[in-house]
Amino acid sequence: MNSSHQTFAEKASRLATEAAVRATPEPLAKRVRGFSDRAIAWLFIAPTIALLLAINIFPLFWAIYLSFTNYRANRPNAEVRNIGLSNYSRILNDPDIWASMQTTAHFVFWTILLQTVIGFGLAYLIDRKFRGHAFWTTLILIPMMLSPAVVGNFWRFLYEPQIGLFAYAVSFLTGIPTSDIQMLGSVQLAPWAIVIVDTWMWTPYVMLICLAGLRSIPDYIYEAAEVDRASPWRQFWSITVPMALPFIMLAVLFRGIENFKMFDMVNLLTGGGPGSTTEVASIALKRDAFEAWATGRSSAFAIVLFVAVFGLANIYVKALNRVKQR
Amino acid sequence: MSTAKPAAGTAAHSVVEPSANSKRIAATLVILYAVITMVPLVWIFLTSIKSPPDSISYPPKILFTPSLEGYCNLFTTRTRQTPEYIAALPPPENTCDAVTRERNMVIAGPSNFLPRFVNSLIIAFGSTFLAVGLGTLAAYGFSRFKVPLADDLLFFILSTRMMPPIAVAIPIFLMYRELGLSDTAIGMMLLYTAVNVSLAVWLLKGFIDEIPREYEEAAMIDGYTRLQAFRKVVLPQATTGIAATAIFCLIFAWNEYAFASLLTSGSAQTAPPFIPTIIGEGGQDWPAVAAGTTIFLVPILVFTILLRKQLLRGITFGAVRK
Repeated sequence: MNSSHQTFAEKASRLATEAAVRATPEPLAKRVRGFSDRAIAWLFIAPTIALLLAINIFPLFWAIYLSFTNYRANRPNAEVRNIGLSNYSRILNDPDIWASMQTTAHFVFWTILLQTVIGFGLAYLIDRKFRGHAFWTTLILIPMMLSPAVVGNFWRFLYEPQIGLFAYAVSFLTGIPTSDIQMLGSVQLAPWAIVIVDTWMWTPYVMLICLAGLRSIPDYIYEAAEVDRASPWRQFWSITVPMALPFIMLAVLFRGIENFKMFDMVNLLTGGGPGSTTEVASIALKRDAFEAWATGRSSAFAIVLFVAVFGLANIYVKALNRVKQR
Repeated sequence: MSTAKPAAGTAAHSVVEPSANSKRIAATLVILYAVITMVPLVWIFLTSIKSPPDSISYPPKILFTPSLEGYCNLFTTRTRQTPEYIAALPPPENTCDAVTRERNMVIAGPSNFLPRFVNSLIIAFGSTFLAVGLGTLAAYGFSRFKVPLADDLLFFILSTRMMPPIAVAIPIFLMYRELGLSDTAIGMMLLYTAVNVSLAVWLLKGFIDEIPREYEEAAMIDGYTRLQAFRKVVLPQATTGIAATAIFCLIFAWNEYAFASLLTSGSAQTAPPFIPTIIGEGGQDWPAVAAGTTIFLVPILVFTILLRKQLLRGITFGAVRK
């Protein structure tokens, strides 16, 4: 870092010094001893911003441009025409797209609900610090370290009604014949098949964040509650839950964003089927973009999705900040 | 490993220690959950050491003769031959050769699994290194200095994660096609770095916020420059957070599927899109898929177990206060 960036560093330092002189005069010692704080701040932040501009923002603007055209990635560029808002009006009037949004919303709702309840429950139990809790926690974490694609593919095997372990286990426990446990083939069961895998996989993530929340609660609050003879139930609802709430909400935010984008697992488990019962937005989008090659229209769809998740997340973060400040 | 005991004196809730009974209930429930959660994983491993017929027998076989066929099939491609042809061959050189011949096939050559696995290694570790490096610098910048519009910039950084990968993949696909980055390891590495750096900045800012500024100020009064204080005081203090962040970046990059399946087709393809495509005769070769899954899981598993302390302590988003 020292030698290769010397010239750039010197230049940055000089510019920063000049800027500093022009603005408020800083203490002399600071200028003489290396960079000004302002230069360091920008030097440190700029690479990240530059990378995100190149890989996220530039493509985003490209996508916005494409969304107003009839561009198709598999056709020559010459035919590209500006077609105004007609991609957007097609997207917003397409019942299939709305159905896929609804499917996505269902998935997000159920996965978040299950993962939050189970994840927080587990974190609460692990926070009791019983013997060996670290070992069992490590075991519980393993599913979230796997690839959703690889996992989704393997669960397809577990779900097989003829040979799979899942159908066998359910049949063994409930007596329902395995031929009725078509987890991926039945319209009613396929969405739940995905919810089960997602919950199995991501509950540990929520658990970890909740655990951090529980450990952040200072002991003295419980000690004070103990002195006041608050019942464990009361302590749970008046101390544990409210104090851990910002963390729970953070977990919900992260899982919500991820599951809104859910693609890998659905693609591998059901590919959107049977029919279109599990066709979440990402799957519909992939079909439009990489199978129908309707690049312009799918870009419009992508923008709509982004605006939706961005808007929701924005509102949510505001709420989160309010909870944090309480 | 079960010897993990709460560090004496520092245990949380020291005065309000949960009762032995509530601990026992907690332990029972957690262990039950852990065992159920492990079943699919154990099943993956068991399937990887089954022969193909055993893997698809019903009811599912718990007891079976272990076989290396799945691993052999994972690493090789095979062609069917007549029994006469096989009988005329010299004796098999190794286990895989023998197993393959029993199925009236001969090994034709290596499969694509190893190159895909190596791609995963290069891309995942490369992008993790970049993301954590950039993220640490940016997090320090945001944590310690008055950056104009810091909140907006931070939210912008987080917002780059909100795009569905498929949505980003369309323009990235076009951009990479123009730049000659499609299906290259560098292209994938940059992409994963960009995705991970947002998480890295957010996580690390939390950790660095936790390190008292007084440490650096003291160092600077002692004659350190700001950069020296960063390197010699802040970085060592932030090691836990950096390790935890690295694990999360690595897990993401190692496991990513959507971008990989859309933007790579051959030379830069990673293992996640490859493993599900392993087909045997008459459908998916489940022992080979399970073998690939098992091998794919091992590095991340080892890494996580080695660093589990940092992981457990580390995922706090900088909010743990004593």
